[in-house]
Amino acid sequence: MNEPAHSLATSLPVLLIAAGGGFAVAALIPWLRWLLGERSTLAAALFPLAITAWLAAQAPAVFGGQPVAFRLPWISDLGLDLALRLDGLGLLFGLLIAGIGTLVVLYTRGYLHGHPDQHRFVMFTLMFMSSMLGVVFSENVLLLFIFWELTSFTSYLMIGFHHDQEASRKAALQALLVTGAGGLFLLAGLIMAGHAAGSFDLSGIIAGRDQVLASPLFPWILGLILIGAFTKSAQVPFHFWLPNAMQAPTPASAYLHSSTMVKAGVYLLARLHPAFGSSELWQLVVTGFGAATLLTGALMASGQVYLKRLLAYTTVGALGAMVMGLGIGTDAALKAVAAFLLAHAAYKAALFLVAGIIDHETGEKNVTKLGGLIQVMPRTGTAALVAAASMAGLPFTFGFIGKELFYTELAARPLLAAGFFIAGACFMLVAWQTGIRPFFATRTETPKHPHEAPWSMTFGPLLLGLVSLTLGIVPGLADGLAGAAASAMRGHPLEVHLHLWHGLNLPLLLSALTLAVGAAMIATASGWRSVAEALAPAARFGPDRLYDAKLKGLVAFAGWQTRFLQNGSLRRYLLVTVITLCALVVVSFARADMALAFRALSPVNLPMALLSVLVILSAIAATLSTSRLGAVAAMGVVGFSVAVFFIFFGAPDLAMTQLVVETLSVVLLVSAFYYLPPFAKRSTWRGRARDLTVSVFAGAVVTLLVLVASGVQLRDPISSYYAETSVPMGHGRNIVNVILVDYRGLDTLGEITVLAVAGLGSLALLKLRAKAGGKP
Amino acid sequence: MNAWLIAPVALPLFAAILSLALRTRVRFQRIVSVCANAAALSIALALFNAVRTDGVLVLQLGSWPAPFGITFVADLFSAIMLVLSGLMGLAVAVYGLATMDEARERHGYHMLFHVLMMGVNGAFLTGDLFNLYVWFEVMLMASFVLLSLGGERAQLEGAIKYVALNFLSSALFLAGVGILYGISGTLNMADLSQVLAQPAHQGIINMISMLFLVAFGIKAALFPLFFWLPASYHTPPHPVSAIFAGLLTKVGVYALIRVFTLVFRQDVAFTHQIILILAAFTMVTGVLGAAAQMDIRRILSFHIVSQIGYMVMGLGLFTELALAGSVFYIMHHIIVKTNLFLVAGVVQRLAGSNELKKIGGVYRAAPWLAVLFLVPALSLAGIPPLSGFFAKLTLIVDALRGGSWAMAAVALSVGLLTLFSMTKIWNEVFWKPAPEGKPTLPLAAIPVRERIALLLPIIVLATCTVCIGLGSGWMFDLARQTAEQLLDPRDYVTAVLGVTEAP
Repeated sequence: MNEPAHSLATSLPVLLIAAGGGFAVAALIPWLRWLLGERSTLAAALFPLAITAWLAAQAPAVFGGQPVAFRLPWISDLGLDLALRLDGLGLLFGLLIAGIGTLVVLYTRGYLHGHPDQHRFVMFTLMFMSSMLGVVFSENVLLLFIFWELTSFTSYLMIGFHHDQEASRKAALQALLVTGAGGLFLLAGLIMAGHAAGSFDLSGIIAGRDQVLASPLFPWILGLILIGAFTKSAQVPFHFWLPNAMQAPTPASAYLHSSTMVKAGVYLLARLHPAFGSSELWQLVVTGFGAATLLTGALMASGQVYLKRLLAYTTVGALGAMVMGLGIGTDAALKAVAAFLLAHAAYKAALFLVAGIIDHETGEKNVTKLGGLIQVMPRTGTAALVAAASMAGLPFTFGFIGKELFYTELAARPLLAAGFFIAGACFMLVAWQTGIRPFFATRTETPKHPHEAPWSMTFGPLLLGLVSLTLGIVPGLADGLAGAAASAMRGHPLEVHLHLWHGLNLPLLLSALTLAVGAAMIATASGWRSVAEALAPAARFGPDRLYDAKLKGLVAFAGWQTRFLQNGSLRRYLLVTVITLCALVVVSFARADMALAFRALSPVNLPMALLSVLVILSAIAATLSTSRLGAVAAMGVVGFSVAVFFIFFGAPDLAMTQLVVETLSVVLLVSAFYYLPPFAKRSTWRGRARDLTVSVFAGAVVTLLVLVASGVQLRDPISSYYAETSVPMGHGRNIVNVILVDYRGLDTLGEITVLAVAGLGSLALLKLRAKAGGKP
Repeated sequence: MNAWLIAPVALPLFAAILSLALRTRVRFQRIVSVCANAAALSIALALFNAVRTDGVLVLQLGSWPAPFGITFVADLFSAIMLVLSGLMGLAVAVYGLATMDEARERHGYHMLFHVLMMGVNGAFLTGDLFNLYVWFEVMLMASFVLLSLGGERAQLEGAIKYVALNFLSSALFLAGVGILYGISGTLNMADLSQVLAQPAHQGIINMISMLFLVAFGIKAALFPLFFWLPASYHTPPHPVSAIFAGLLTKVGVYALIRVFTLVFRQDVAFTHQIILILAAFTMVTGVLGAAAQMDIRRILSFHIVSQIGYMVMGLGLFTELALAGSVFYIMHHIIVKTNLFLVAGVVQRLAGSNELKKIGGVYRAAPWLAVLFLVPALSLAGIPPLSGFFAKLTLIVDALRGGSWAMAAVALSVGLLTLFSMTKIWNEVFWKPAPEGKPTLPLAAIPVRERIALLLPIIVLATCTVCIGLGSGWMFDLARQTAEQLLDPRDYVTAVLGVTEAP
């Protein structure tokens, strides 16, 4: 890091404020609302505006190759640092995020006018914006992931804004799960890349790219990262969540689903291009998926009739184009990506905002039922016209420049050029349907009587239209920004010079042809729609249905598994627990390959043998008994016999205790019989046989344990100490007593407590139940 | 400071006796409860501070020298657990002021709560294996009565399963202690650590360790030993299930970590591999169990199981980083889990139920409660920058570094399924409109004093979650130091035994 020192000092707070401050400002909004009412939304717009201005002010330094950086240690042992860095790529994205963010917040003021939750939407927007800025400013990949997840979650809140509707909740969940799942793959990939490169800094990974590329894990690393990027940027086959996410309020769609969040995946690929772009695997996979997405999005768009879905599918296509460019990865391709990114953000955000206005004012979402709106909404119509022209790639708009650059690169790759060509024609059709037809076709009746939208709503599309137009006419204005971004994607400085006129050449010809084919498609639009409608049932095999099926399958499997494991039967639980124990002990016994140490056993005399037989017989009798009394009597015999064992081994005090306990238990049990329901045999013979097998096995395992253990004495037991110190220090001749009340007095205290609680607890249970009459 | 080690046990005992004496004076019992728990937290913080500055604290009870009497030991791990139990005790005690019914309070709720805390703290502090058994019994009896107190049908049904399976655990634990004493002649864990350090007789030591693994595994709710937990945790009043959810299984995890870092550490390739496999199954079965439930507390209960898997995963991986991850996970989890049960209690109060199908509209009615739910819920699901993310990140980084691909994959995907469960609660309880004719009350419908008692603990715990997340650098260092102590128990052993024998 040889960043200039001055930038550290001056920019220190601002990058951090941009990347985290949205959360703080969002927390203030409820209070602002209390003070200012709906005007709080306008106040909130100052935050993104200030960031935009600050970013613009950094432009000269960044263009000059002096990135702004900031670093604070966070969890250095894990490789996670709060490391932020603003370079050309970050600046391009940052300006889009903060700039469009300002317009979107402003737009919300009109769009959600009178909505009780307007302030909440603004809060979510600001939180999202900060997260998104964090993604593009992160220098540390773990930090990048943190912000990445935050964009997933904040966008979840925005998509589900109309949470009363089930469709909104479902779409929000789908977007969260798809991008969340992608996020997990991404995290694994980033960590593995970091381990391979020896650094979790982006610059460190780029510097250590040779190790990463040479790592045998590289295909995994790349695959994991790509899944993360592809889910976020709605690449085939993960594209389905994006059109569904159109349930979101339109400002959210304009912001998240056209210009910012969905480009996070593109951003990540651009960011990692200097590290991995040279690998053949990257070029093959990224180009392939990008091209497939471009075609899928464009073709699916041409069959839609609803404004936002039309735009959503073309967004999918456009993202595919950018990914494809990053896959190709030549200088020219990267320049094209940089220019196209800017062009797309400007026109697509504008068109979404316009779509929101149309929906808001007319109550109609179907483009075939709209027309003549230019008469009542001239400002909106103008903005829409410019944006549509840029989308169609007409000259004198920035969209034209972006398209030309792509054709320049693709001229040598006929297959990809053909794909781009088809997509370009489809885009033109959609541009006509969303930006021109509603305004210039014959006037129709709509559910609501339309008016021109307020300035807060039209300002954004107009400004974006102005950007498209200005940069279309004087493209050189974007040289610095596009050049700095392309340099960051390349890894070393690239000069970009954008021109309106490249001379009469193949790209221009292709552009013109696209326009012609597009115009033909427009003329036959209704035909395209019927083709699309005919194909609609094929969606059953699409990934959207697959997602539904998977989710259902997961829940069904979870239910089955849980009913199987947690079936409510205590007997089953005990059985599983005992079997687990036996299995684990047997496995460890088998592993050790030990000999049983029988020689350590003490001699057995006749009385003891007889006693053992008695114990075993009474234990069997207890299980076979058909009456409670019989079972208790048999258990009593077991207990008293054990007491006799204690006497044999010279522990009369233990034997006494045992006798008392046994006597009391028998007395208590017999006296409790009166209250118990009649004795019933609940188990089948099969169940009993199974239980018998398991019990015998468990008994055998414990016997095995004791036998093995009896042959091992690792050290003399501590009991000799008790014998020595009991009298002089414990002042007691009965060692057991001294152990109970002195050496280990705390144990006794604990056990006394247990007994007290047991007694008091039984009392409480009986009384509380009696009082409540059996009910709670 | 050493003498103070008895305080976390003695104080709740006195409070329990006092509560018993004040049996009919519910008001005084409440005051005692809050004061005792506040004092316990302060003592725990002081002990924690002392351990951080002075190292391991030791108290030889009755002044009997180490392997002969009972020793109380506080290393960093114990001290952290004490602070957490103190914090949970206080939070739930305050929360209980607004939720417990007088009938239960008259019949010993407060007394039992203190005894429970005594058992929990004792388990965290003791350095003696049999004494640990005693504290487990204290906990078990207190929790059993708390669970069944009130005698509702569902409660008793859950309580029977709870007590039966836990008694089995006790029996195995006792058998393990007995056999271990038979071969080693000692019960002191530091002493055991030394005696068992010799290479001979690994086979029998492994076999005994399996007894402890199953006994503590039942307590910790490991797969396939967790049945008692989902069967019982949704039945008692909310404060009771909150304190259970926060602390009880974690005592099991604590015991597992303690015993498998201090005593059974000779054949890691075998014992810890088994632990790792069990951890993976615990994570998966728990989270799938949650996906199948439609009641807030049942969902949360299954998630306890699943999260236990993460904590034990660190033990199974058995590196310093992984153990740090486990410790971090425990710190994060206790706070978050308790808090979620507390939130569930407020939801019950406002919407009248915890069943997802029967309620809704809490977001509209009580937006601040929604925020207070989201913080722990997202943290549980591992959304950054909340506490749970860093706990998971640590474990996953370690798993990937060590090439435990399957464990990393399980840990990651269980995180996603956890998110799925949390969004299910969010969707059904908060976002979905309230069912017709059963409007959800706003927070303002609860009387002010009760509202404070309900929300204050939730707010404090949510703040802790955010702070652990943002201050994760500091927390991570703490977890790392703790893990270092666990992996290299020389300090612990020296502090307990005075001198160490040459290894």
